[in-house]
Formats: sequence, structure tokens, C-alpha cells
Amino acid sequence: MSAAPRTALVDLGLGNLHSVARSLGAAGADVVHLAEPAALKGFDRIVVPGQGAFRDGAAALEAGWRAPLLEALHGSTPLLGICIGMQLLFAESEEAPEARGLGFMPGRVRRFPRDLGRDPKTGAPLKVPHMGWNQLRTASSLLGEGAYYYFVHSYFCDLEAAPGSDAPGDTVTDSTRHPACAAVAHHGMAFCAALAQGPLLAVQFHPEKSHQAGARLLRRFLLAEAEAV
Amino acid sequence: MLARRIIPCLDVKDGRVVKGVNFVGLRDAGDPIACAKRYSDEGADEITFLDISASVEGRSTLLQVVEATASEVHVPLTVGGGVRAVADVRTLLLHGADKVSMNTAALQNPALIADAAGRFGSQAIVVAIDAKRVSGPGEEARWEVFTHGGRQGTGMDALTWAGRVCELGCGEILLTSMDRDGTGLGYDLELTRRVAELASVPVIASGGVGGPEHLLAGFVEGFADAVLAATIFHDGLHKVADVKAFLHAQGVHVRLVEPQ
Repeated sequence: MSAAPRTALVDLGLGNLHSVARSLGAAGADVVHLAEPAALKGFDRIVVPGQGAFRDGAAALEAGWRAPLLEALHGSTPLLGICIGMQLLFAESEEAPEARGLGFMPGRVRRFPRDLGRDPKTGAPLKVPHMGWNQLRTASSLLGEGAYYYFVHSYFCDLEAAPGSDAPGDTVTDSTRHPACAAVAHHGMAFCAALAQGPLLAVQFHPEKSHQAGARLLRRFLLAEAEAV
Repeated sequence: MLARRIIPCLDVKDGRVVKGVNFVGLRDAGDPIACAKRYSDEGADEITFLDISASVEGRSTLLQVVEATASEVHVPLTVGGGVRAVADVRTLLLHGADKVSMNTAALQNPALIADAAGRFGSQAIVVAIDAKRVSGPGEEARWEVFTHGGRQGTGMDALTWAGRVCELGCGEILLTSMDRDGTGLGYDLELTRRVAELASVPVIASGGVGGPEHLLAGFVEGFADAVLAATIFHDGLHKVADVKAFLHAQGVHVRLVEPQ
């Protein structure tokens, strides 16, 4: 792609999009701030950022974003979901049982268990929110094996877990073996830190807060051919 | 596995860094944006601004600084100092702060923590606890919470308050030992460990760092999730990258800076 990819920055009303917009711009995107769901057409890239609560994101879906986002997800435009933008791909979250997500990915969003054990090197108890820089295990060259990204979340995407199933254990769960799970991180347990399926890439961490690693990921996302993210 | 975090803290007054920052080759060492950029390039995991402006003008200048920093520095930015109400939190977040730290106002009105966390998410709300040891020799250790920059006692037990702010929905605790702050003698490790064991959320150790060995102790003896320091970074003797290399060599899991 020779020209800067026209990139829709979907504004679900979940807070300040300033840093995402600046990071995308610095990575080479022509960023279009989009607050109007009907305008989500004809872009080269779509980015769905989000911080805060699943409930508020679900409310934005009800307010008009559901249909255009589902249409985009069934299309061929590369789409990047960030944090709540990843969690909203699922039908439901333990954070807000009454709220309805997109239901595009199988599974649900779950809270980290109360007792996650201790940091093996310092002995400190592991905390929720999972806050800070964590390292990915991934085969994706776009995400980068061993790269550190900044996470801040209390809930994680559990691919394919049925409602009422057992709490995740301390080992690699079936969820992280799901074909759409593109990266695994550990915080007392293994969880899906990124998922990829066709033109969709969704990450639990914040590339816009992840310094050089985040900038590199955004550049690669903008350069990747459609269908190959 | 989650890396332990290193957080340089900058005191900002009327939009300028105070308590001198000595960076070799930095044209304007009093510029908070340049300092934040320098620290993040050296591997700082987050940056904290503490606003100590006394005037309305100083506070509005801070907002411009926060906005410019968030534009140029792509690591998380925490801003504290003078936060009185949910509206203050909102203003700082809208200007690009990722987290907002509150102290005195949270003690005077604990509902502020729940209101702000409910509105913006727990991840955005940090409660700063300034604690001073009040137990005598031979007594069981006890710490009291102080407010107004450490000038006023509250009668509130620091461990009780730490538990309470977690229940109210804060996402992180910034714990400063008033006894150690400015001494260079190292963190109050007993206080840090007691709070880290009790709190459900991450705890940042603060107050008293005189060298990298104090950061190490904060992690392995204090069980801190993150360590905050000001002087040792500002005085130019210790670079964030060197401190991280030291911690790594001591077996602490830190995010080492990638070659530029």
C-alpha cells in the first residue's frame, strides 16, 4: 500500500482516544476519528480501542455500533480490537452478566481467580488487575515472540469456555489452544493475550502504551495485507 | 510472566520539574515532557507526575503538560496532586493521563474512590497512602495515614485504610513511608510487605530510595509490584536501564530495554 492506510478509529465513548490516535498516526495511518456508526464503510483498516467497563462498551453496541461492527468483522478489512475492543467480540462477560457483546467469537470473558499464587522470583502475591508489562508466547511475527506489552485488566477472554465450566487452572488451558488464540501470556495462569482469525486481530494489551513494541505492532498491522494479519 | 515495574516520579510545579533533574545532554532538564521521554526511552515502565502547584494557573499549565506528554511518551502516565473530585479525575484522563492518583480527598470522602472507579474503571484510579510509623519501641508495628502532603494526621490505621480502598474499587495503591521519604535509607519494608500481603490490588513502594539495592529490597523483601523513585534517577547517577540490568542480575523479572 503506497498511501497511508485510511484507518477508522471507532469511538465507542469509552474515554480518551488521543493516545491511540497519536500512536496510529505515528505508525503511518491516516486516522479518521469515527463517532458515527453508519460511516464505518470503505476504510483500509478499522481499530476498535477501549478501556473501562464491558457494560459501557455493550451500551455503545446497543446505541448503533453492533450491526456495522458485525458487518465489518464478516468482511475483509483488517480490524484491530484493543482491550475492551477484544472483549466485546464475545457474547458475555462476568464483569456485566446482563450486557451483550458481539458474540463473534465463541466463549466468554472471565475474571481472573482471586488466588493467583506468587511471583516465583520475588515471592510477592500476584494481583488483580493484571497491571504492567508481560511477555507473549506467540508464533505470530506480527506480535513478536517474547515481546513485552503493557496490560491492565481484571478480565480475560476465555475462548470456547461454556458458561458454568470449571475455573481455569494453573496450566495451559484448552482456551489457549484454540486455533484463534494467537498469543499466550501468564499471570498465575495462562490466558489468551491476542486472538487472530482472518482479517481480525484482537489484543488484550495496549499497543499505544507499549513504547517501541507497541509502535512496531501497529506499523506491522498497517502494512499487513488483508487476510494476512 | 508479569515484569516488576520501575517508575520514575517527577514533581511538577507550574508546569516545570522541580527538585532538579540532571540529564547529560538534555537541553532543558526542567521540562517534564523531555524528562518523561528520556525516562521512557531508557526503559521506565511508567511515569508518574506529582503536581505540587499551589495555584489555579499552575494546575491548568499541568493539563497542557499532561496532554503533550501523553502525545509523545507511549508508556502509561499517572498524575496525582490536588485531585478533589470526580470532575478532576475526568479532566486529567481527558488530557491523556492513564491513571489518576488521589490522597487527601479520598480520605475525606471515601465515596470518591467508588464513584471514580465506577465511572472510569478501577484501572484508572490510584490511591496514594502516606503512612507514618506511630508505634513505640517494643510495641506491635502500627502506621497512621497522613494527608495534606504528610502534614496532618488522620488517626486512620494505614493497613485498615489499604484494605478499605481495595474494597472501594481502586486499581492500585501508591504507598509512601513518611519516615523514609527523602532520607535515602530505603523503603519501610515492613510497611510495604504488610500492605502488599493485605491488598488485593498492586502496590507501588515509595519513599526513601538511595540506590538500586533499595529497589531490589522493595521487591524481594517488601513484595512490591512496582517501585517508585525520584532522586536516584534525577541526580543522573543511576539510569533506569542500569538499574534494570542490576535487578535482572539479581533474579528479579524486569522488562529489559530493547536496543534502539
